[in-house]
Amino acid sequence: MNFWIEIRENLVIAYRAITANKLRSFLATLGIVIGVTSVTLMQTAIEGINRAFEKSISAVGADVLYVQKFEWFGKEDFSYYRNRKDITMNQYEYLKDNTQSAAIMCPSTGTSKVLKYRDLVLENVFVVGTTDEYQETFGANMEEGRFFTKNESDGAYPVCVIGTDIRNAFFENADPIGKSIKIGTYSFRIIGVVEKQGSLLGLFSLDNRVLIPIERFFNLFGGKRSLSINIKAADINDMDETKEEVRSIMRKARKVDYGDRDDFGVNQQEAFKTTYESLTSLIKIIGTLITSLSLIVGSVGIANIMFVSVKERTKEIGIRKAIGAKRRTIMYQFLIESVAICLLGGLIGIMIAFPISLIIDAYVLPTAMPLWVILLGIFVSLLFGVLAGFFPAYSASKMDPVESLRYE
Amino acid sequence: MNNANGIPVEESSNLIQIRNVTKLYVMGSEELYALKGISMNIARNEYVAIMGPSGSGKSTLMNILGCLDTPTSGDYFLNGKNVSEMDDDELAEIRNKEIGFVFQTFNLLPRSNALHNVELPLVYKGMPKADRIERAEQALFDVGLQDRMKHKPNELSGGQRQRVAIARALVNDPSIILADEPTGNLDTKTGQEIMELLEQLNLKGNTIIIVTHEEDIAQHARRIVKIRDGDIEADYLSKRGKEIQRPDGE
Ligand SMILES: Nc1ncnc2c1ncn2[C@@H]1O[C@H](COP(=O)(O)OP(=O)(O)OP(=O)(O)O)[C@@H](O)[C@H]1O
Ligand SMILES: [Mg+2]
Repeated sequence: MNFWIEIRENLVIAYRAITANKLRSFLATLGIVIGVTSVTLMQTAIEGINRAFEKSISAVGADVLYVQKFEWFGKEDFSYYRNRKDITMNQYEYLKDNTQSAAIMCPSTGTSKVLKYRDLVLENVFVVGTTDEYQETFGANMEEGRFFTKNESDGAYPVCVIGTDIRNAFFENADPIGKSIKIGTYSFRIIGVVEKQGSLLGLFSLDNRVLIPIERFFNLFGGKRSLSINIKAADINDMDETKEEVRSIMRKARKVDYGDRDDFGVNQQEAFKTTYESLTSLIKIIGTLITSLSLIVGSVGIANIMFVSVKERTKEIGIRKAIGAKRRTIMYQFLIESVAICLLGGLIGIMIAFPISLIIDAYVLPTAMPLWVILLGIFVSLLFGVLAGFFPAYSASKMDPVESLRYE
Repeated sequence: MNNANGIPVEESSNLIQIRNVTKLYVMGSEELYALKGISMNIARNEYVAIMGPSGSGKSTLMNILGCLDTPTSGDYFLNGKNVSEMDDDELAEIRNKEIGFVFQTFNLLPRSNALHNVELPLVYKGMPKADRIERAEQALFDVGLQDRMKHKPNELSGGQRQRVAIARALVNDPSIILADEPTGNLDTKTGQEIMELLEQLNLKGNTIIIVTHEEDIAQHARRIVKIRDGDIEADYLSKRGKEIQRPDGE
């Protein structure tokens, strides 16, 4: 028997059965509509949270390693870290001279200071001391002016590069370049503005910072502090090798004995991701399960309707069998009907969820329903259509033709 | 091999051969033999009426002949193939290709129009749409319903519905047409019309088996098989059968 002829016929039957009983079909799809709406919205929300997170840590740089005194999200007790030695400029120099697999690296350190321009004051501005290599390490683009040069960096010039928040606070309409501001009590000349970078994890604004040559930082604010050495890997695909190389060189630089554990951290964006994932994965799983529950309830409803439909059409099944419908044909007939109902519900669900996702995007959380979520919605409604229809369809296919013909 | 009248019949001309067919119904502790070992042959192009009191097993026999049901024991050869050993899907295929059913209650699909009802056996055969429509229209034309093709069953009279059912039975060119009380739900005049239609089909070469209570309906057939309590009580030629027999017979 020609498979497609059978399927086409069954589609027509399903269409007739669904349209013949519009109210019932509508009520039957309702469960799936709600199920698919909540599943797709849940996934869209999760996607939105993931995207927001990715964006919020993008400033950390996926290809940047941070050699620091402490590991990020370290798991040991504080006493374990307390006695660690600072990371010094000497260690930085040693690391820089010996690392092969790094494209570029720069040291950085920082502290909070009060910023003044004429009679305007900004409290708690983060002052970063670094070198000219900072710009290349982070690929920080300039919105206005330029970054400080090697010459200015090495010579500890009193120049600074500011973030957009500071520009906006001090120079609403005026041109900031060439203006003099005070960091604490010391004067600096503004030579550039870094373009807007957003915030780290939504907490720490990267635009409320001022960057100055590290040597000048040491001179004014004290040199006895631990550095962060920021290393951009030569190849993002070889991050692990770069990390290993940096580790072993740092161990030498800090004279860590063979067999002892590292007394410093080689940190990277990964650490945020791992932590984020371990925090959110359970919530995501529970959310997915709860929304799936509504789908299951919906499909139980469909299964129920399908059983009724099979029962009601016992005579029809008998007639079809009498004129040559095979078991498989009857089975497909009801499966297709239930899949059609579920698919219809799924499509309606997606059509409801999509505008809601736009509302969420506009007012709650930047997100977009990704294509895979739409496909997931369709796939899930197909799947539940098959699951819901299977037993009713099977029972229909097994009916005895003589008895079904006698059914009134 | 002799037929009911002792006239030798060639084995190969037997469309239907049943041997010691029984049908047992078990309801709880009660056992009931609806058929008690029936044997008979029906040749191609025969027109047989099965008669008997209510509950004698006529429908049971028809269902077995129509491959809707299988015997509890005994053999059934249709076109030389042993049907009693087939599984559900093989039986479905036999019903589709070899058998056309006409029921007392018409048994049309209520939501489908006449044309689609007639088309359905061809759908299950896997015939492409254009061919199906052509064949179904021809079958409806043959039963005189060319101007009622788009009507749904509830828009047709009883006689017209039965004609649709006959068209559906015919459309796949089956070996046998089985009709279980085809006039049972029709008035006398309409019943007569249906019987005339069946007669024409028989003259065109179709093998027909009907079940009926009414003697004058049975007289349309050429051979009458009487059943009582699940057994064949009598098997003889009707008046018409004898008339037709004489000129080319002995
Ligand atoms: N599914 C069944 N279960 C139990 N007994 C059955 C079943 N079908 C039929 N019978 C019994 O088998 C016997 C023959 O039934 P059948 O329907 O063949 O009679 P019939 O000759 O067609 O009668 P009628 O003229 O009333 O249609 C009856 O006694 C009936 O009660
Ligand atoms: Mg009967």
